[in-house]
Amino acid sequence: MPNFLVNYYDRKALSSIFDANFSNPNGYLMSTDIRIKKGLQINLIGAAELTTSKAVLSNVYALNLNDFHGMTPKMLVKEGAEVKAGEPIFYNKDFPEMLFVSPVSGEIAAIERGARRRILMIKILADKEQSQVQYEKVDPTSASTEEIKSFLLKTGCWPFIKQRPYDFIANPETTPKSIFVSAYTTAPLAADADYVLQGKEKALQAAVTALGKLTPGDVHVSIGKNGNSPMAQLSGAKIHKVSGPHPAGLVGTQINKIDPINKGELVWTLSPQDLVIIGECLLSGIFNPERLIALVGSAVKNPKYFTTKIGAEIATFLYGSGVNIKRFRVINGNVLTGLRSKQDGHLGFYNNTVSCIPEGDDYEFFGWNKPVFNKVSATRALTFSWMLPKKKFDLDTNTNGEHRAFVVTGLYEKVFPMDIYPLQLLKACMVKDLDEMEQLGLYEVIPEDFSLTEFVCISKQPHQQIIREGLDLLHQEIG
Amino acid sequence: MRGKKMAPAFNAFHTFLFAPDETTHNGSHVRAADDLKRTMNTVIMSLIPILIFSMFNTGYQHFAAIDAAAGVSRELSLFGNFFTAENFWLGLTLILPIVIVSYGVGLLIEFIFAVIKGHEVEEGYLVTGMLVPLIVPVDTPLWMLAVAIVFGVVIGKEVFGGTGMNILNPALTIRAFLFFAYPTWMSGDKVWVHQAMERTGTADAISGETILGYLAQNNSVEEVYSISDMFFGFIPGSIGETSAFLCLLGGLFLVFSKIASWRIMVSAVIGALIMGLIFNGIADAGIISESSNFYGLMSLDFWQHLILGGLAFGIVFMATDPVTGSQTNRGKWIYGFLIGFLSVMIRVFNPAYPEGVFLAILLMNVFAPTIDHYVIRGNVRRRMKRMKQARIYAPTAAAEELEAETV
Repeated sequence: MPNFLVNYYDRKALSSIFDANFSNPNGYLMSTDIRIKKGLQINLIGAAELTTSKAVLSNVYALNLNDFHGMTPKMLVKEGAEVKAGEPIFYNKDFPEMLFVSPVSGEIAAIERGARRRILMIKILADKEQSQVQYEKVDPTSASTEEIKSFLLKTGCWPFIKQRPYDFIANPETTPKSIFVSAYTTAPLAADADYVLQGKEKALQAAVTALGKLTPGDVHVSIGKNGNSPMAQLSGAKIHKVSGPHPAGLVGTQINKIDPINKGELVWTLSPQDLVIIGECLLSGIFNPERLIALVGSAVKNPKYFTTKIGAEIATFLYGSGVNIKRFRVINGNVLTGLRSKQDGHLGFYNNTVSCIPEGDDYEFFGWNKPVFNKVSATRALTFSWMLPKKKFDLDTNTNGEHRAFVVTGLYEKVFPMDIYPLQLLKACMVKDLDEMEQLGLYEVIPEDFSLTEFVCISKQPHQQIIREGLDLLHQEIG
Repeated sequence: MRGKKMAPAFNAFHTFLFAPDETTHNGSHVRAADDLKRTMNTVIMSLIPILIFSMFNTGYQHFAAIDAAAGVSRELSLFGNFFTAENFWLGLTLILPIVIVSYGVGLLIEFIFAVIKGHEVEEGYLVTGMLVPLIVPVDTPLWMLAVAIVFGVVIGKEVFGGTGMNILNPALTIRAFLFFAYPTWMSGDKVWVHQAMERTGTADAISGETILGYLAQNNSVEEVYSISDMFFGFIPGSIGETSAFLCLLGGLFLVFSKIASWRIMVSAVIGALIMGLIFNGIADAGIISESSNFYGLMSLDFWQHLILGGLAFGIVFMATDPVTGSQTNRGKWIYGFLIGFLSVMIRVFNPAYPEGVFLAILLMNVFAPTIDHYVIRGNVRRRMKRMKQARIYAPTAAAEELEAETV
């Protein structure tokens, strides 16, 4: 429709019927308490007990380059080279000062390549005795923006910073309008932020102070309203108390409520455990890849927390815990957004959770018209999960239906709290309509924001993949 | 591979019996328990009571009309002369063939298209196949129904891409085809009771009029049927649309199961009531005289429109079709309201159309995307307005230097 006609209707009463009310013209949420009403809390069995064990030391560590979407790596070392922990092993082709470091000291055992010599995985055989690279410490309170940026880039901490739009690693030559961290965990069985951050206040404070220098706007930290977060007392950040079902814990939901992203704007996001690594690196000069991860899921006998390092073999803690069943799937991450991993796979760069759930590759007689008591459902069509909101379910990986065109409407809006039309955005991505994708708010979302709509989707469409492809297309065409 | 072409056909039968063993490949590793078959099944479950009731009602109306023609007076007694085996048997023998033809022909077309195009047989027709028998007159010849179904499924659905892609409600497309291609069979006052047509002009002619037809001739309806008759459905009409009570129950069940949109149902009822009030106002204010053609229908108490004709059935089962209706929640209010509003208007101004609600729904099917478009423009405008406060920072000095060098 030509522009002048749009303005004409704008002045008419017609537009006020279609315009939703918005209380605050510049979109800022003034209060710091956020209550999310739309969503779906999925309770699964196999939550991790709040005890920590030390994982057996892994022999081989691996970095899976698929974790770094939208980046082309260039190697700094060859196969067979000896590296120290914290030594750079590859860099980002587009930003050569962005270095990626090795989590352990040892020998580069293999650089696996795929089609067109694209690097897929780097495997490092760990030494018995670990040796570290020592960088010069930086005091975040007194350092300048440039000093902090170059420190993070050279110590391998920069890849923890992701940007919106597009969900790539943040472009170090840009300045975001704000930085967001979500320390409120709502994803099913995910590692509880309150537990894993205990005792790390010093590192968290250092990281937050440093991040504050990277943006002229605010650093926003969201914590659970009813939780006990170690991040509650940080200074230099705006603390928001969030409550509500999943996806209240996703940083995208929080950004949409606090400071939504407009075309051309940038927001950087980090996860709290990554802040710990950054903070420790600033304070001590050592890149410490140690993480507290949660091993969860109904396939695990004793789900609990383990201390291990980025890239460690999953088998080092999986079998120590014991497994209940023979056919199960190992997921690097949580059951909604994680990547499938082989049982001899490695912990991903960004992951804090490893979920093991039963494979559901079995037929069910008349599965579609029997009443269902043991699965989660967003409707009440002969399903009874709504009657038992606190019940924990044992879900498997069966799709519970075949792939169909979009039919049912109004369902995604029930679990999608952002001020965006999810179905229309998905369709715009599928037909590759760039203008529509922009106008409907594709800049504000990343695939994980659609993980819950994908869960409830009756047509079993791959929402996260659609959004990922849409984002990639938008980046390619518009940049 | 031999036999691969017929794979969709085999798959359809297999997935009818067994939920598939497919596991998730990308994205979320777990999925909710609902799928399209379950959704369709819920709608069919809500239609079964209506189907069974209609079998009894068909028999009852037939024998009641014979009694009326013979001058025998008849009082409705639920277990005396309504829920009898004789009524049910007559209804069954008349309606079951229609159901069989509906599913048989419709699914055959779907299977053929699935095999030709190489995609799965999709479940859309499960509901359409049950709706079609309920909206046709009882004496519809089976060959006529088959032709209409071929037209409706091919033109109304398959050429657009199958389930989820159609613009017009397929059941209503079939009904509209029947009406416009064979109008004498579909309208008038003789077609709604079994064998009323055959007996016209003979000694034992029986009347098969619907109430709307009655009112269109400025007769008063209270003489023949009470309000409770009309609400519970002991009246003549298309096979399944008479009982507003069962439609209400079905509607409540669908809203409770979160399958159908309550917004469309509520706004359609509101729209119908408002149009009824407007007409009552016109009739009461004397703008039209008692002798006008429209007086009977305009002066009908505004709320009685909800229990007459196919309005209740159309609102609960046809208007709420998610594919052809508005997709945004705000759009659904407008869409539903206009359906109710226009149905009553068509019904009053043009009683020759045996059900204004079906034509109103088809019209709104065409406009549903327009309504959605303007609702979404509202969201887009809000985003654009917000963009004016965008805080975009220039790239850092290093990047600027680099750009200066390379240009």
